[in-house]
Amino acid sequence: MKFHNDDERPVRRPRAQVISRRFDRIFMELANIASFIGRFFKEVFLPPYEFKEIIRQCFEIGVKSLPLISLTGFIIGIVFMNQSRPSLAEFGATSWLPSLVSLAIVRALAPLVTALIGAGRIGSMIGAELGSMKVTEQIEAMEVSATNPFKFLVVSRVLATTFMIPALMMYTMLVALLGAFLNVNANEGTSFTTYFTQVFDAITFLDIFSSVIKSALFGFTIGVVGCYKGYHSSKGTEGVGKAANSSVVTAMFLVFIEELLSLQVITALRYL
Amino acid sequence: MKETQPVIDRSNCVINIRGLEKSFGDLDVLRGVDLDLYKGENLVVLGKSGTGKSVLIKIIAGLLKPDTGTVNVLGKEVPKLRGRELDELRLKIGFSFQNSALYDSMTIRKNLEFPLVRNRRDMTRAEVDRMVAVVLDAVGLSQTINQMPSELSGGQRKRIGIARTLILQPEIMLYDEPTAGLDPITCIDINNLINEVQSRFNTSSIIITHDLTCAKDVGDRVVMLLDGQFQRQGTFDEVFDTPDERVKLFHDYNFID
Repeated sequence: MKFHNDDERPVRRPRAQVISRRFDRIFMELANIASFIGRFFKEVFLPPYEFKEIIRQCFEIGVKSLPLISLTGFIIGIVFMNQSRPSLAEFGATSWLPSLVSLAIVRALAPLVTALIGAGRIGSMIGAELGSMKVTEQIEAMEVSATNPFKFLVVSRVLATTFMIPALMMYTMLVALLGAFLNVNANEGTSFTTYFTQVFDAITFLDIFSSVIKSALFGFTIGVVGCYKGYHSSKGTEGVGKAANSSVVTAMFLVFIEELLSLQVITALRYL
Repeated sequence: MKETQPVIDRSNCVINIRGLEKSFGDLDVLRGVDLDLYKGENLVVLGKSGTGKSVLIKIIAGLLKPDTGTVNVLGKEVPKLRGRELDELRLKIGFSFQNSALYDSMTIRKNLEFPLVRNRRDMTRAEVDRMVAVVLDAVGLSQTINQMPSELSGGQRKRIGIARTLILQPEIMLYDEPTAGLDPITCIDINNLINEVQSRFNTSSIIITHDLTCAKDVGDRVVMLLDGQFQRQGTFDEVFDTPDERVKLFHDYNFID
């Protein structure tokens, strides 16, 4: 075993220098992401348009997420209805359950749950797929065959997530409301017509519209983060794993931040 | 070994490189490389791993930018090309990657069609199918057309990778370590395929390798990259007829009993 003498000891950098380097790295990463998003907006309007690939990605991202979204949405509807009942029952206000649940699902739960499932399933899928394409030189292979890999791989996926997350959110909304209906019907005997009349009386156009816009933003974020992490992955299979993991964590973090910010904007709009 | 002698036009230089330098951070990889590739010629670039052989062909294909020097391919200065101009040149260059770089999510048919349907949008379905059949036949793997890349062996993947580059009928072929990781018998098959591509499709090729059997079998001319420069150049025997220990070591290691 080799022992280091004093001269061979690794030099420890001053703490200030270490922190400064970390900040440099964060700002460099932010600049790279900004440039990546800038490139997306430049390429998205330039021909050729990858319609076939966009549709294929919509299928991969949207249709293949349906089983998971259905199950989650349905359970959320039942659980939320069940958990809300005791509090309202204390005041003898169980007749308000459909209105309460519809507001919670339409305004917050459906967009957030869809985005989080999207970040988990779709974000990791995109990060891992592009990451493995990067480390196995498939992206370079596209480039040398005179195909713009950014347009084919990134633009198509980001557009697909931006379109499909709002669509999935609407579907989650419907399934969750159905789940909640089954619960309220079994317990209070509320009819289908009465339930949905109360549901639609409680929500406004702004509620649905803001949820759709918010979901589109979540979808864009999930797509950009997944593509960015995958497109810039390195260090072989380890890099692919890191890209997939980092896509999920970063996308979820950003979704929560965006949820907070959008809540402020929508609340301000509501009282205009 | 080559069955027919290639027709090399020494008056027609398809790739001309002068004073090429490339470094990554503090690491100087290429330090003033000069290179000519003639029409119809198979040029083998030999060198140890990490000496910048792959960097050289990536610069030729426009995947990397050189620090200094001129890289002229088919009369075009590659580092100065952008967008459509670069794409047009790339259609004339076939690049066979070390790990084949087949698209995992597509069948072999889709892999082969990919460059064609994207760049020759005027072609009919029947013409595309015919081209796919021609290149698959050229690499002797017609039966794999509906298989996925993951179902193929390493040698088959290499062959399909070469077929995918041939489908655009390139004038120049760049092979990055075509025999790396293959058994000796499959290596001979790949060497024969490279020679067949040269004679059948009349291509000019740069073959990057550290496999001396491959160099001997396919190279009309061999150059050796040492310390970021081409130190030796000529036929296979000429290159290794030297007292230079670095070159002798390379030869002895490859042909050790």
